[in-house]
Amino acid sequence: MAVWKFASCDGCQLTLLNCEDELLPIAGEVEIVYFREATRADGKGPYDLSLVDGSITTPRDAAAIQEIRKRSKYLVSIGACATAGGIQALRNFRDVKEFVSMVYATPAYINTLEKSTPIAAHVPVDYELRGCPINKNQLIEVIRAYLQGRKPVIPSHSVCIDCKRKGNICVMVAHGTPCLGPVTHTGCGVLCPSYNRGCYGCFGPMETPNTGSLSEGWRRLGTNEADLLRVFRNFNADAEAFRKESLRHEEKDHPG
Amino acid sequence: MKKKTIRVDHLARVEGEGALTVTIKDGQVVDAQLRIFEPPRFFEAFLRGRSFTEAADITSRICGICPVAYQMSAVHAMEDACGVKVDGSLRALRRLIYCGEWIESHVLHIYMLHAPDFLGYAGAIEMAKDHAGIVQRGLQIKKAGNAIISLMGGRSIHPINVRLGGFFKTPTKRELASLTDRLLWARDAAVETVRWAATLPFPDYERDYEFVALRHPDEYPFNEGRLVSNKGLDLSVREYDEHFEEEQVPHSNALHSKIRGRGGYFVGPMARYNLNFDRLSPLAQEAARAAGLGPACRNPFKGILIRGVEVVYAFDEALRIIAAYEAPEHPAVPVLPRPAVGYAATEAPRGTLYHRYRIDEQGTILDAKIVPPTSQNQKVMEDDLRRVVEKEIDLPQEKLTWRCEQTIRNYDPCISCSTHFLRLEIRRG
Repeated sequence: MAVWKFASCDGCQLTLLNCEDELLPIAGEVEIVYFREATRADGKGPYDLSLVDGSITTPRDAAAIQEIRKRSKYLVSIGACATAGGIQALRNFRDVKEFVSMVYATPAYINTLEKSTPIAAHVPVDYELRGCPINKNQLIEVIRAYLQGRKPVIPSHSVCIDCKRKGNICVMVAHGTPCLGPVTHTGCGVLCPSYNRGCYGCFGPMETPNTGSLSEGWRRLGTNEADLLRVFRNFNADAEAFRKESLRHEEKDHPG
Repeated sequence: MKKKTIRVDHLARVEGEGALTVTIKDGQVVDAQLRIFEPPRFFEAFLRGRSFTEAADITSRICGICPVAYQMSAVHAMEDACGVKVDGSLRALRRLIYCGEWIESHVLHIYMLHAPDFLGYAGAIEMAKDHAGIVQRGLQIKKAGNAIISLMGGRSIHPINVRLGGFFKTPTKRELASLTDRLLWARDAAVETVRWAATLPFPDYERDYEFVALRHPDEYPFNEGRLVSNKGLDLSVREYDEHFEEEQVPHSNALHSKIRGRGGYFVGPMARYNLNFDRLSPLAQEAARAAGLGPACRNPFKGILIRGVEVVYAFDEALRIIAAYEAPEHPAVPVLPRPAVGYAATEAPRGTLYHRYRIDEQGTILDAKIVPPTSQNQKVMEDDLRRVVEKEIDLPQEKLTWRCEQTIRNYDPCISCSTHFLRLEIRRG
């Protein structure tokens, strides 16, 4: 197995080192031959499984991911950066001209790409594990699945469903707190509503979310267009469903 | 003329992407560079236009290892702008979550990133084949730190419970008390860690650094204090920009910080320790003395020991906070926006983390400045590289290369943290 990193906070690959009880057993089953955060070892591959953390933001990285794909039997992208461009994809909504002039104002950055893109925009990906950060148990399931030669079993329904299962009182219905739970991919363990806070969507959109309807609900709670824009334009801003919804609010915020 | 180059194209066991080059000509080091090629992520640019309530969640994404540090600097800076002071149990809980982060980050560094250098292993997983018990102990201590963050913040990477004015939800006395037994075990294991680390082979190397850290009237510093140095600096955090400046160097994607008119300086555990030894708990001081450390230490390779001492302190402090805790009436005090500039510096595991924000009457962020510890330490890291190579120039190439890597890992550099910036001003000759 190999673990790679591109533009990110390192949090998703750190998740593996945070498996305090499971790390050594995993290392007993899988030979970790490349994982720069953890070891000087420099295995050249080929790799049975590559875990990729981070988004592609430089020409050098765009070339590197091609090479990694060639040397990997399975390639799994982990976390919001690798699956949706991450928080640094906020640059993708900028005026390109403004962005380029910023780049040329500091020539050292000429090598920075205009957009931050997910791994799947560059190479075929076998599986995408969501989250900012990813969930440790889901990561272990992914590794186990590829060890056993099967697909990972990870639910793709909304946070809302797990919140009901957990028996939480709905923060949106009971307290009037805006919550992204109804449109957000589950996996965090319904943290925010359990702490009396609205979900902020760190796992990105669920399968077929109705973001327009949720925005309507937030409006009824008094949220304005500018705030709705910011809500969808966050850690998964360039995930398709959230991008489209945020663009709708951009138009309404600046009509004409 | 004999020329030799030491190159490490990809630094391992640090957070982020960096490389080293040291050039030697005729037995003299002519250049030492820590090259940071982690792609910039432009946080200060996209913070503009966001709400002041969002800064804590957004800036936590600068670093997965020290998200609490970013959250703490962000909320304190915004509260400074809005004229709010958070006190009592809420203040204590903020210290508690910071204890958790120091523990997990320091123990990760001690056992998984740094110890393998002293013992000659590529990493902790390789080291576990011969020293399973030691690595297991490290993992379990680290887990206790993560348990504090998870209880306080929901999860240990990018916790969700920190907000302006306090928290979204505060724990009950009983919930906090449920950590006590585990923390007592881990505190003992931390004392044992310092004892064990003291047996590692330390290169004989000392230097006269300028150490910079926060100093508080009666606490070991986390979230508050004056910025002081061992060479006469003593200022409020609001005066930071008057005394520190950042410059761009061609070989790094991270800015280098300097004290104006003076040059490089050293932040982090070693700086805190040298400036605040008297504020450590008696148990932490005792652990330090037993390891042969006095109130001052100038050997950066002993940073692993000092991190151990700070872990003992963090457990002690966490247990003290938990024992004294009374749940507050409200989980947060109100923070209302006003047009102002807010400043804060807190002590991230790797050192002082400075944030400055300008906000308008709605709380919209107009501009942001963030100076992480690794930017501040870059100059000192390069100076160390130069001197370590000069001192050990006769080592075989492979050993010297490893020693250079170890020299950088002394600092536990957080490279993702150091390259988040955007420089908007244009300098003209």
